[in-house]
Amino acid sequence: MRKVYVSPVGAVGGEMMTMIARHVSELFGFEVERYTSFPEPDYALDGRRMQYSSTLILQNLAQVCPPDAVRFLVVTGADLFIPMVTFVYGQAQLSGRVAIVSLARMAQEFYGLRANKELMIRRMRKEVAHELGHTFGLVHCRDRSCLMSLSTEIPQIDVKSDDFCRSCWTVLEEELMKLRKERKKNKVVELRR
Amino acid sequence: MKTQWEILVVDDEEVMRESLVAWLREDGYGVDSAASGNAAIEKAKEKDYAIYFIDLKMPGGIDGIETMMEIRKFHPDASIIIITAYATVDTAISAMKEGAQEYIVKPCNPKEISILVERIIKVKNLQRENMILRKKLTRQYSFHDIISKNPRMHHIFELVQEISSLKSTVLIQGESGTGKELLARAIHYSGDRASKPFIGVSCAALAETLLESELFGHEKGAFTGAVAQKKGKFELADGGTIFLDEIGDISPKLQMDLLRVLQERSFYRVGGTEELTVDVRVIAATHRDLSEAVAAGTFRDDLYYRLNVINIQIPPLRERREDIPILVRSFMERLSHELGKEIEDITECGLKLLMDYNWPGNVRELENAVERAMVTCKNAVLTDEDFGFLEQNGSKKQSWNVPDNLPLTDVEKQVIAATIRRTGGNIKEAASVLGIDRSTLYEKIKRYEIQR
Repeated sequence: MRKVYVSPVGAVGGEMMTMIARHVSELFGFEVERYTSFPEPDYALDGRRMQYSSTLILQNLAQVCPPDAVRFLVVTGADLFIPMVTFVYGQAQLSGRVAIVSLARMAQEFYGLRANKELMIRRMRKEVAHELGHTFGLVHCRDRSCLMSLSTEIPQIDVKSDDFCRSCWTVLEEELMKLRKERKKNKVVELRR
Repeated sequence: MKTQWEILVVDDEEVMRESLVAWLREDGYGVDSAASGNAAIEKAKEKDYAIYFIDLKMPGGIDGIETMMEIRKFHPDASIIIITAYATVDTAISAMKEGAQEYIVKPCNPKEISILVERIIKVKNLQRENMILRKKLTRQYSFHDIISKNPRMHHIFELVQEISSLKSTVLIQGESGTGKELLARAIHYSGDRASKPFIGVSCAALAETLLESELFGHEKGAFTGAVAQKKGKFELADGGTIFLDEIGDISPKLQMDLLRVLQERSFYRVGGTEELTVDVRVIAATHRDLSEAVAAGTFRDDLYYRLNVINIQIPPLRERREDIPILVRSFMERLSHELGKEIEDITECGLKLLMDYNWPGNVRELENAVERAMVTCKNAVLTDEDFGFLEQNGSKKQSWNVPDNLPLTDVEKQVIAATIRRTGGNIKEAASVLGIDRSTLYEKIKRYEIQR
C-alpha cells in the first residue's frame, strides 16, 4: 500500500513529527508513516550565508525517497534558501513526490519575540499543506486566505486560513482521486499475482 | 492559472537556474531554462517569452548583456530582467542602458521576484488587450474590405449605401492604388444586384479591337481567330454590374460604342447583326481627370456626362494619413496568415516612417511595402529598418519637378486647393499649414474661386 512518508532532517522533536504526520493524514486522507531521521544536511550548507540550500536537499532526498511513497515530506529546523532569494519557508517538486518545510522562521524567537508554540504549530501546519499542495500540482493562488497563496513574509502565513480555496480543492481532489484509482488498480494487480 | 505567459531563465549555474525555474513554476508560469547565452538565443528564436531572466555573469560564453542584445534583435519589445550578484551601480546602469527592463541583485527578498513578474505580466496583459481592441477597431472602420476612419471616406461609404440599389452610372476617380475597384465591388455587393455577376474589365490592358470583342463579344468568323461565337463582358454582366477600369484610356471608336450602350442599353456583337439588350449597371473608373480630357478634346463630353451621373472622388492615401496605422495592422494580420509568419506588431518608429512617406502608389503601395517588409523581417515586430527601401524611394520622389510655363498665381491656387482638400476643408488648419493667417486665406480662396 502506498503511503506518505514523513522524516525529520536534523533535530526536530518527535512530538512535532507526530503532529505533522496526523495533520497530513487528516488533510489528504493517506496513511502516513514516520521514516528514517536524516542528519543535519551539511552538504547543503552555504558557509557564507549560513543557510542550507533547499534545492540541494530536495535533490538528495529525491534519491532516497521510499519507492512506495505517494509523497515524501521532510521537516527541518535548518534555515533554507535558494540562490535567488534570501530565504524560503519550504520547497517542493511541483507535481513531484518530495517536499521540504523549514521550521526555522516559524518560531517567534527568530524575530526576537517571546516563544509561542501554538502559533508556530499553526504556521507549520499551513506550510506543510502548502508545500504538499505543490506536489499535487497546485500553483500559487491569488486568494490570500487560501493555503496555496504565496507567503514571503510571516504575516502572510498568519493571515491564511487552514483550508484550500474552492478552486484549489477542486484541482487537489482530482489529483487525489487519480492517485486512489491508481492505488486500487495496483492492489488488484497484486492480488491477481 | 497564469500559464499563458512563458518565462525563460538563463543562468550557467545549475542550482541557481533550477531553483528560480521551480520558484516561477510554483507561481503558475510556464518556464524554460537555458544554461548559456547562446542556448538562450536559440530558444528565443523559436519562441517569444514574456519575460527573460538573464544572469549578468556567465563565464565561458557570451555574458548577460550580450545575450540580451542578441535576443532584442528578434524580440525588440522583450521584457528582460538582468540578474546580478554584484550590486554595483555601474552594472545596473549599463544593463538598463542596453535595454533591460529591470535588474535584480541576488539574493533578493522573495517578494521582489513575484512583484516584478506580476508587474510585467500586467503590462503584457494590457498590451494584449490593446491589440485585441485595435483589431476590433479595424473591423469597426471596415466597409466591404475598405478600411478607413477618414471623414471623407465615411461620406463615400454613406453615399455607396445610398446609391447601391440604383441603376445610375457611377464614375469613380482617384489615383492608382486608392481602391477604385474595391469601391466598385462595395457598390455592387451592397445593392440589389449582389447575387448577380460583377464583371471587371481593364480598358487600358487591351488593344482597341481586342477590347471591343472583350466588351461586346463576337460572332464566329468575325475576324481571324474567331473560331466560335463568344459572349462579351456586357452579356456576362447581364443583371449585374460591369466595372470599366481606366475608362479614360479608351479609343474614340469605343467611346462612341459605349455611349450607345449607355443610352440604349443595347449593342451588337463584333461581326453580328442581332441587337442585344442587357440590364447592366455601369461603374467606370479612372485615375485621369476626365473633365480635363474633355476640355482637351480627347474624351467625348456626351460620354463623360453619361458616365458622370454619380461621381465619387477617392482621396489619395497622403490625404488620409490617419488610416495608415489601421491599414498596416490589417495587412499585417492577413499577411501573417498568408506568409505563415507571426509578426505581431510594428514599432512606433516604423509607423512614423510610414506616416511620413508620401505614398504615390497609395494603399496598394502601402500593402506591397508591408508585405515586402514582412517577408524580409527576421523579428516578431516590424521596425523602421524593415522599411529602409521606402526611405530611398521616398527621397527620390519627394523632389518636385516644376512644370514649364506655370504662372506663380497658378502654383499658389493649386497649393491652397490641395491643402484645403488635405485638411478636409478645415480653414484654420489649412492656414496654419500654409503659414498665413485665416483672413488672408479667405481672401485668396475668394480671389482664386477655390471650392471648399
